[in-house]
Amino acid sequence: MTAHERISAAIHAANDDGRTALVPFITAGYPEPGGFVSTLNTIATAGDVVEIGIPFSDPMADGMTIQRSSFEALKKGVSLAWIFDELEKAGGFGVPLVMMSYLNPLLAFGYDKLAERALETGVCGFIVPDLPFEESDEIRSALEAQGLGLIQLVTPATPDARLKMLCDASRGFVYAVTITGITGGDVGLPKDLASYLDKVSSMSTTPVCAGFGIREAADVAAVGKHASGAIVGSALVEVLERGEDPTAFLSSLR
Amino acid sequence: MTSLLQAGEADALLQASINGDLPDERGRFGPFGGRYVPETLVPAFERLEAGVKEHLHDAGFQADYQRELREWVGRPTALTYAPRLSERWGAEVWLKREDLAHTGAHKINNAIGQALLAKRLGVKRVIAETGAGQHGVASAAACARVGLPCAVYMGAVDIERQAPNVDRMQRLGAEVIPVESGDKTLRAAIDEALRKWVTDPAGIYYLLGSAVGAHPYPYLVRELQSVIGQESRAQMIEQAGALPDAAFACVGGGSNSIGLFYPLLGDDIELIGVEAGGTGDGLGQNAATLATGTPGVLQGSYTIILQDDDGQVQETHSISAGLDYSGVGPEHALLQATGRVTYLTAGDDEALEALEELCEAEGILTALETAHAYVAARKWAKKNPGKRLLIGNSGRGDKDMPTLTKYPVRIANSEGGSNDGA
Ligand SMILES: Cc1ncc(COP(=O)(O)O)c(C=O)c1O
Repeated sequence: MTAHERISAAIHAANDDGRTALVPFITAGYPEPGGFVSTLNTIATAGDVVEIGIPFSDPMADGMTIQRSSFEALKKGVSLAWIFDELEKAGGFGVPLVMMSYLNPLLAFGYDKLAERALETGVCGFIVPDLPFEESDEIRSALEAQGLGLIQLVTPATPDARLKMLCDASRGFVYAVTITGITGGDVGLPKDLASYLDKVSSMSTTPVCAGFGIREAADVAAVGKHASGAIVGSALVEVLERGEDPTAFLSSLR
Repeated sequence: MTSLLQAGEADALLQASINGDLPDERGRFGPFGGRYVPETLVPAFERLEAGVKEHLHDAGFQADYQRELREWVGRPTALTYAPRLSERWGAEVWLKREDLAHTGAHKINNAIGQALLAKRLGVKRVIAETGAGQHGVASAAACARVGLPCAVYMGAVDIERQAPNVDRMQRLGAEVIPVESGDKTLRAAIDEALRKWVTDPAGIYYLLGSAVGAHPYPYLVRELQSVIGQESRAQMIEQAGALPDAAFACVGGGSNSIGLFYPLLGDDIELIGVEAGGTGDGLGQNAATLATGTPGVLQGSYTIILQDDDGQVQETHSISAGLDYSGVGPEHALLQATGRVTYLTAGDDEALEALEELCEAEGILTALETAHAYVAARKWAKKNPGKRLLIGNSGRGDKDMPTLTKYPVRIANSEGGSNDGA
């Protein structure tokens, strides 16, 4: 099984169990770099796939929570190289990991080295929010050469023909952004969410996970009827920020 | 920097640039440029690109645009001979007076053009970012002119140092939205404007203020600012009887400079862009992107940026808000890589001194951004006596009064000796 197939398999396994796959997101090294690995260990017991946010200086697709966590982690010295080293030392978490990173830190790291380190540390795929498909040839081929997945985002603003193209290109899962907006919104999920997710799911042979604005059990349930998984980001980062128990929060979502 | 291009590639790319073949259909200036934007914005960029193709060079649009430039902006702006600077510098110095354009800077050329485009695209509202506030004021005025609501994102640091422009924007009917995140300057304002755009990609027009960002902005802004170089070229021939030996412009994102340089690329003129040298060479002390940066992706474009080894974009410093930016337009990255344009730096103190010298010698209070160009021009003139210089006087300095009042009025250290401050 290639790395990106491990991601899809983990999502299917949850669905086969009768559950919506849960994909918790944390910003690496936030609130404290020292707690990174133990936090991952904790959320890996509740999540089917775990998403690690790489802090960036210009998080233009993110709302206040992830901006704040990003800037704070950078201040405390968190870098992609450090993250890989920590993952390597930890020696695996029992679930596939995916990284969410803006392009520039990946570009600076070097795509070949990126693929190599990912494979060594259990990272199976990448989500790059400022990289549209048209600009992605180079990183895609570096990742695919190692069986790693480049996960495509689709949004309610994506026209149908493009949606089909992105679903076909995506590896691991398709990231269906629930809203027309940035992360961290608390305006609730849109009314036409069901038909949008049904459309994406019908077009994709890869499992579809929905993210942005998922904060509570009702959101996970709403998404779960029309997609394979739910991604929980800002709400979890806020739990960690307040020093609360992430396990309790994640189990409350089920 | 030439190493960024393959051997032999530089000449071909420069020729393509002179021929008007760049950017290519993927929005690339050689290796630079492109479109690195969130998926939500991809359809918006495609609509914008199609709109630019349909309207920008269409006769109806051009008729409206040229009429607005003439009757509302006040173009052509003057080309002014500077006799006392010329005497002091031992050169023949000419100034392209964008400070005389409506609202006081070149920014209006782009703002009114894009506002007309926004109107044709049928959007509901316009957002813009601003550093010095000049683009914000220009956008506010242009939106009022075409009848569209306008919101301007501005870093909290810039709101303080460019206070007069904040008031102007509000009086012109724009909403000014302070940006408290990131570095609280221009870069953070662009990030925040992009975040806003993502919430309503079909209803919002993003009126970007410099030749930066994702395709088609660097192209669109260049096209709208090229009027500076086109007029300068004709006016130099008419008034000076010849083209200049060298032309100078300050470079923040690079819009006034590309506007001046682009129509002169094919001429035998030395072209010199001047970035903010701030207080020193260290990371964070300046905004000398082309002088000290490396290739990377920032805010939609692959270009030269100020970043650390991990690809984190660095904060910058400049006394002038309009140059205080960690990136630069992709076309400048190419023009540097081909060797066609030289990029130099000028420090905060030098810029202040140059601003004073111009006030005293020619009775022109120039913008702090613009003052950087004078620093390099003066040094060049001293090294190349008797030459003809053209300086892009991109804007006026009224907006800089909150900064300038922090410095005592010195008398420019003139070498012409007319007034040595004693
Ligand atoms: C007067 C003036 N000149 C120059 C600049 C720098 O911008 P650009 O490099 O896009 O011309 C600004 C930006 O605000 C400005 O106000």
